[in-house]
Amino acid sequence: MPLNTTTTPPFVAVLVRGLLAGLIAGLLAGTFAYVAGEPHVEAAIAIEEAATHAEPAAGAHDHEDALVGRTGQRGGLFLATGLFGAAMGGLLATAYVLLSRRRRGDDDGRSGLLLAGAALLGAVIVPFLKYPANPPAVGDPATINQRTVTYLLMVVLGLVAVWAGSLGYRSVGAQAPTWLRATAAVGGFLLVTAVSYVVMPSFQEVPADFPATLLWSFRLASLGTQVVLWTGIGLLFAALMHHERRRRAGTALPST
Amino acid sequence: MSSSASSQPVVHPAGSVRLLWPVLATVAVLTLLAYLVAFDQGAVSRSGMYLHELMHDGRHLLGVPCH
Ligand SMILES: [Zn+2]
Repeated sequence: MPLNTTTTPPFVAVLVRGLLAGLIAGLLAGTFAYVAGEPHVEAAIAIEEAATHAEPAAGAHDHEDALVGRTGQRGGLFLATGLFGAAMGGLLATAYVLLSRRRRGDDDGRSGLLLAGAALLGAVIVPFLKYPANPPAVGDPATINQRTVTYLLMVVLGLVAVWAGSLGYRSVGAQAPTWLRATAAVGGFLLVTAVSYVVMPSFQEVPADFPATLLWSFRLASLGTQVVLWTGIGLLFAALMHHERRRRAGTALPST
Repeated sequence: MSSSASSQPVVHPAGSVRLLWPVLATVAVLTLLAYLVAFDQGAVSRSGMYLHELMHDGRHLLGVPCH
């Protein structure tokens, strides 16, 4: 009996590993965000509160609300990244299982790593370059619904761009040289990305007196949080799948 | 496993319609979870703004539009 028939795990086994990888990666991302990002959030909130006190009618997102204090919000950071990570890890595992139809053999988590890289590029980096993360005190509350919808749309378009890239890669044919396949991939990706950047609306809502260095530091920390999240999901998921395959292969062939 | 295993070296578990509903249910639940973290303002979770405010810093640092 070929080894592969017994080493392909069922959906639930893959899903549990994706959720676990996502939860751990989310907590790691939360730790990174806490260390690298929280000081900038605090600084931005201080600016926001100074503005609100000077102009009480502004009535922005009220961070002084007693519902959850600042200590609670800093702790809630780990809840947010942990739950979000688990959700993303589970979705990655689902995509992994769906794509396993196309795989020719036991890939040992390689396609899990590729999927995490694709998600980082399509669902994080492409939207981030169009709609970068904003700290408190940046952004007009009046446009929050519009910005939320366009952000989600940009995530979808980013994933479509990655899909177009992979389509370009495969459309050239396996006989084509690697540079040609890579060029087709980059071309497909850039075409969709450029068109969506032009078509989607832009928002210029950074207050003129908001410190540029604080904005840059916050955005870097925010991007870093997502990079830690998706790198962690990819590596942990691949490691867990590798372990699972070895375990199943071991029970199937006890003589080895 | 199946009798065709000798001619087909690899058996793909996902190649069946059997997985359709589990996959759809999983995607729905996980999308809802991500929504609760990233966007919900109490409309779905019915916790008022409590969860929204609790996960406020996470939303900002994950890069989601917040306010
Ligand atoms: Zn906010």
